[in-house]
Amino acid sequence: MLDQLLRDTGARTALMVERSGQMLATVGEVPRFDHVAFASLTAADFSANDQLARMLGENEFGALFHQGERESLYLADVARRVILVVLFDTSTTLGLVKLRVRGAVTDLTALFEELFARQDPSPQVEAGFLGDAEDEIDRLFGA
Amino acid sequence: MSLINYASREINCKLVYYGPGLGGKTTNLEYIYEKVAPTAKGKLISLATETERTLFFDFLPVDLGTIRGFKTRFHLYTVPGQVYYNASRKLILKGVDGVVFVADSQVERMEANLEAMQNLYDNMVQHGYDLTRLPFVIQYNKRDLPNAAPIRELQESLNPGWPIEDPAKHRPVPDPDRPGEFLVYEQDGVWIERVPSFEGVAVQGVGVFDTLRTISKRVLKALG
Ligand SMILES: Nc1nc2c(ncn2[C@@H]2O[C@H](COP(=O)(O)OP(=O)(O)OP(=O)(O)O)[C@@H](O)[C@H]2O)c(=O)[nH]1
Ligand SMILES: [Mg+2]
Repeated sequence: MLDQLLRDTGARTALMVERSGQMLATVGEVPRFDHVAFASLTAADFSANDQLARMLGENEFGALFHQGERESLYLADVARRVILVVLFDTSTTLGLVKLRVRGAVTDLTALFEELFARQDPSPQVEAGFLGDAEDEIDRLFGA
Repeated sequence: MSLINYASREINCKLVYYGPGLGGKTTNLEYIYEKVAPTAKGKLISLATETERTLFFDFLPVDLGTIRGFKTRFHLYTVPGQVYYNASRKLILKGVDGVVFVADSQVERMEANLEAMQNLYDNMVQHGYDLTRLPFVIQYNKRDLPNAAPIRELQESLNPGWPIEDPAKHRPVPDPDRPGEFLVYEQDGVWIERVPSFEGVAVQGVGVFDTLRTISKRVLKALG
């Protein structure tokens, strides 16, 4: 679905970021930046703008656009849980990106809603995970 | 709230350092960043003012590595402590798995500590989270200063504990970090639970990893 979006728009990279700041997926050209940091900033950016929208009496902005001289970002909400980020340059236009993202968001929303509905609400990790994790914490953070 | 992602087999936990302005939250993250093995840490991102006061947040990802098939990672955040940044502070709490409250031990900061603690409770409630059920620890920072209040006073004000309803939990739990003291105890017929607390001198790194170790273990325990 995201590959299709990139082909349709000529954008370079599409990323899916969870609202709490975790990267879920990257498609297309592998970005050169630190993607953990990128995801955290994207989520913060989106949530700050959410609040701004509410101050205006809007429910949300739904999408954000950051324009650079060469590279630009288009961010769109998916199911209020995930943010779709499209990275594009001057080889395409905002209008085209916007149009295609709108379509992709509809499909992704359906997909994620189904996914969230199916997800076990209290997933369990394997027995023994905790013991191993505690050992690792002691090793890394000094016992 | 931790994201256990079965598809990518990842566990990401969000730890938030909260507390009054200038209490030492950013200093905690800076020390962790400096000392953690290079392979385990990501970039430290600080969205700060020109005078190094936190404006939105600091962010540091720390990787525990792959444990029983799960790539396990902590995302450490600080909030801006200054009172008027409450909107940002509240945003950062979204999706939190564990809270570290960094108190400023100085006697004259007691009011600010209390205000920040009240603000933490309020913001958690507004998100629909229950602080008494979430992994939570307190760090009494700036113990090196001559005007630091006695720990007993700080504990009474900032860590009075809450009553435990569940009778199954009515048994004493010694505080592993404070010999002779208890995290769960009976007082006048009521069972009280306190959160773990640590003495810190964050500028020198004292107490920083004790705090981090305890909160991260508690967060992982809460997953299970
Ligand atoms: N004496 C002493 N100073 C400390 C200690 N920890 C931090 N400081 C100093 O206190 C000042 C504020 O520390 P920060 O870590 O920036 O405080 P903060 O809690 O992040 O503040 P905000 O970002 O405004 O919320 C800095 O000058 C630190 O060097 C400590 O243990 N002892
Ligand atoms: Mg700070």
